[in-house]
Parts: sequence; structure tokens; C-alpha cells
Amino acid sequence: MEKAIKKYFPIFVLPTMVAFTIGFIAPFLLGVYLSFCKFTTVTDAKFVGISNYTKILGDSVFIHSLGYTALFTVVSVILINVLAFVIAMLLTKGIKGTNIFRTVFFMPNLIGGIILGYIWQLLLNGILAHFQRTLTYSSVYGFWGLIILMCWQQIGYMMIIYISGIQNIPGELIEAAKIDGASSWQVLKSVTLPMVMPSITICTFLTLTNGFKLFDQNLALTNGAPSRMSEMLALNIYNTFYGRTGYEGVGQAKAVVFFLIVAVIAVLQNKLTRSKEVQQ
Amino acid sequence: MSVRKAKHGWLLTLIFTFISLLYMYPIVLVFVNSFKKKAYISKYPFKIPVDKMFVGLENYVRGVEKTGLFQAFGWSLFITVFSVLVIIICCSMCAWFISRVKNKATSLIYMLCLFAMVVPFQMEMFTLSKIANMLKLDTPWGLIIIYLGFGAGLAVFMFTGFMKSIPLEIEEAAMIDGCTPLQTFFKIVLPISKSTCITVVILEAMWIWNDYLLPSLVLDTKKYKTIPIAVQYLKGGYGSIDMGAMMGVLVLSIIPIILFYLVCQRYIIEGVIAGAVKG
Repeated sequence: MEKAIKKYFPIFVLPTMVAFTIGFIAPFLLGVYLSFCKFTTVTDAKFVGISNYTKILGDSVFIHSLGYTALFTVVSVILINVLAFVIAMLLTKGIKGTNIFRTVFFMPNLIGGIILGYIWQLLLNGILAHFQRTLTYSSVYGFWGLIILMCWQQIGYMMIIYISGIQNIPGELIEAAKIDGASSWQVLKSVTLPMVMPSITICTFLTLTNGFKLFDQNLALTNGAPSRMSEMLALNIYNTFYGRTGYEGVGQAKAVVFFLIVAVIAVLQNKLTRSKEVQQ
Repeated sequence: MSVRKAKHGWLLTLIFTFISLLYMYPIVLVFVNSFKKKAYISKYPFKIPVDKMFVGLENYVRGVEKTGLFQAFGWSLFITVFSVLVIIICCSMCAWFISRVKNKATSLIYMLCLFAMVVPFQMEMFTLSKIANMLKLDTPWGLIIIYLGFGAGLAVFMFTGFMKSIPLEIEEAAMIDGCTPLQTFFKIVLPISKSTCITVVILEAMWIWNDYLLPSLVLDTKKYKTIPIAVQYLKGGYGSIDMGAMMGVLVLSIIPIILFYLVCQRYIIEGVIAGAVKG
């Protein structure tokens, strides 16, 4: 059978591969190459070695945005996962209205980041106005505004995944633990948590990468104001590309650094939480 | 797991009802403000628009005129529907091929697809928009090809995961009965993979419909706008935002999503769960 299928390579694989090459492989390779060049468009690239990378080190706005993004990611990962897990635990107790609550909590995920950003800009600026402040008054307001927004958006998504994880735990396991005299805290710690570890792996991975790659919400909510202090990595790279001519090479070098950070985090996180999973 | 009656069920229901109402409040607030005169929106966002604050549908009309929202809706729909369709057909075919033909090339394709899921868009955005320009892919039709390339990672990965588990005997039987690989694929393999198709449709559609950066860089935005581009367009340009028009546009862009969600809710939630488990 393998031989018969093999002849059909052009029909089965080629369309996807051509598009994949145009849309992913070529831009990626060209991007790596251009990070070592000075250029304004692709055709006038001049090789300059690692000078783009050394310029990044002196870019205090970039370093700030790196720290800002890291802090944002840590806080949002913890808050979103803890809250989503607690809600998932409560919504698997069989209370009235569970389905409606689930529907409501999941809804914000379908709305795009740009639209979410402007919705929350209205609400948060309205509240802050009582204290004669706005979101762009200082980067601290932008930070917590973005945290609230992302919690609102993503808790529902993660909750859905946790609920399915909790529902997959065999009931006997919890019954057995209870008969053996385990308190509900012990059941949670020694049965429920280890059993939902696969869900925790997925949810931390998703929230981690979502946090690091965040762009739309950042652009719509504060657009980096005041004076680029609430600018996250993705937006910083975008502004380097399109905000200053002559800095395209630096932007591309930042993008490579960004890619490496995301890749390392993804691999590390996967190794770390996968090792904690139990075989069912 | 047997569902136990919670001890304080009614109390939890009450608390969650309150939280749910709070959860919907931001959207309700935008809806209320969409009927308010624009000068009052930033000043009194929490007041109900009555008397001189109330402007009827004026904000909606102005918002639609300024952004060309209905055309944007059309293009968003066109791009999302056809991109997802192309992704489903091409990537499921590609996935079946690489799960049935084992050699170095197919495992390389699989590895590349895995790799593509980790790479952030910023890594690609500048070069991709230049390449798209050179190849004249800066139209909605061209964008579909780019979305195929960009969505391939996830889709091929998901489809391969499922198709590996289909017993070979079924396909062999079909081939012995005289089916060509193409017939085998479309008559046997694709129908079996329906649940994975739904998952991929949901995940890719949620992404493409809401995607802002890729279309804004690739498309000729003077001619073609998608909904996120139209919304952001109100902010662009000079001076402050027309908050009235903004509220109208926000409401109009949220309504279709909520309607769609209420109709297809089951599939969406199941798709997300299946996507997470396989991812």
C-alpha cells in the first residue's frame, strides 16, 4: 500500500508544502539571515555580522520590556491557572446552573484581542477616572489592567481543560481515599492534583506562551504608553521594525532572540511538568 | 465519576450567578455606551444614556461609515471560511501521506510542523510581509495561501496524531477492492477523521477570525480590511479616538461571535478540549 500512496506525493503533500515553504520556512530562514544584516527592504541587505545583536544589549527599552514581559507572564500564569482550577473544582460538584456558568466564562475567548483591549480600556479608564488617573498614567496601571484582561479572557479556556481533566479521574480513586480516612485537603493534594497533571502541563504551556507572545491586547489597551514603559516584547519588536527606519536589522535580531527565549521556555516547561505526570 | 450533591449547592449557585453577571459586565457596559453621545462616553462611562446623552443609532451609523465595517465583515468571513477549508483538505491529505509513507522526508516534514508551532509570529512578520508582497499575495486570496502555510503546523500535527491510530486493514481492504489512494482517502479516511476535523476547524477559525497582525501586514489595507483591522483603524490616524463610533463598531463585531457561539457552543468546547488533550 505504501508504494501506491507514494506515487501520489504531488497531490497529497505538495500544496501544503509549497504554502508552508512560502508562509513559514522561507520567512524563517531569511529572518535568521537578515538578523546579521543591515537593510531596509529584503533586497538591499548588507552583511554586518553580530552588530545588530550587540545593539540590543544597549537598548534599555528592550531590556525593560523583557523584564516587564517576564513579570507579566509569571503573574498571569499563576493567577489564571489557580483561578481556573478553583473554578473547575467548584463547577464539577454538580451545582445548579453549571452549564450556564461554563458558557459565560468561556465566551471572552472567542472575541479578538484588539476588541477585548478596547472594551477593557473603556471600563478600566472609567474606574480609574474616579481617582484622577488613566491606564497610561504609569506602567503599573497598564500592567494590572493587562493582567485583569488576560485573566478575564483565558480563565474560561483553562477552566474547560481542567474540568475535563477532573472529570476523567476515576470516581473509585477518590472514594477509596475517603474510605481510608483522607481529608478533602489530602484528597486534593494526593489524588486530584497528580491525576490532573496532564491538564496542568497543557494549561501552563498555553498560558506561558500566550503571555510571552501577547501583542493585540497590549497594542489596544495601552500601546506601550506612557513612553514605551508598558511595552511588551512582541510590541517592542514591532515598533523597532516599523517605528524607526534603519533599525530593521535590530528588529530582526530581537525577533531571533525572542524566538530563542520562547523555544527554550517551551522545551524546559514541557520537560519539567511532564516528569511530574503519573501513568494511568 | 458519580455526581455528588454539593453541601452548599445553592450558596455556590448564588455566588457563581453573581460572578457570571460581573463577568458579562464589560460587554454590557460597551453596549450601553454605544447609545451615548461621544463626548459623554469617556467622562461618564457608567451613566445610563438618557435625555441629551442618548443618540439612538448615530454611533453605529458613524462607526460603520468610518470603518467600512460591513465590507470588513465580508472579507473576514471570506478569509476565515476559505482558509479553514483549504487547511482542512490540504493538511489532512498531507498528514495521511506522512503517517502512511515512512521515510526521512516525511519525518522531516513532521518535525518541521512541530517546530512551526513554537516559533512566534514576530520572528516571521517582516520577512513574510516582504515575501508576500513580492509574490503578489497581498490580497484576500493570497492570504489564504499564507494561512495554509502558517496553520499547517498545528493541523498536520493534529491530523497525524489521529490518523496513526486508524487501523491499516480498513484502507488496505479499500485498496484491494480497487480504490485509488485518492478515493481511499476521501471515502474512508476523511469521514473517519470527522472529530479531528471539527477540532481543527474550531482552533484555526478562532485564530484566523481574530488575527490582527498578519493580515494588517500582508493585506493592502486600503483596499481590504478584516474586522480587527477595521477596529484598530478607528484608533489610527490623528487626534483622539471617536469613542462613539468605537462603541458601535465593538458591539457590531461582538454580536455575530456571540450568536455563533451560542449555536455551536458544544462543538467549540469539545474542540478546545480535544485540541488540548492532543496538543
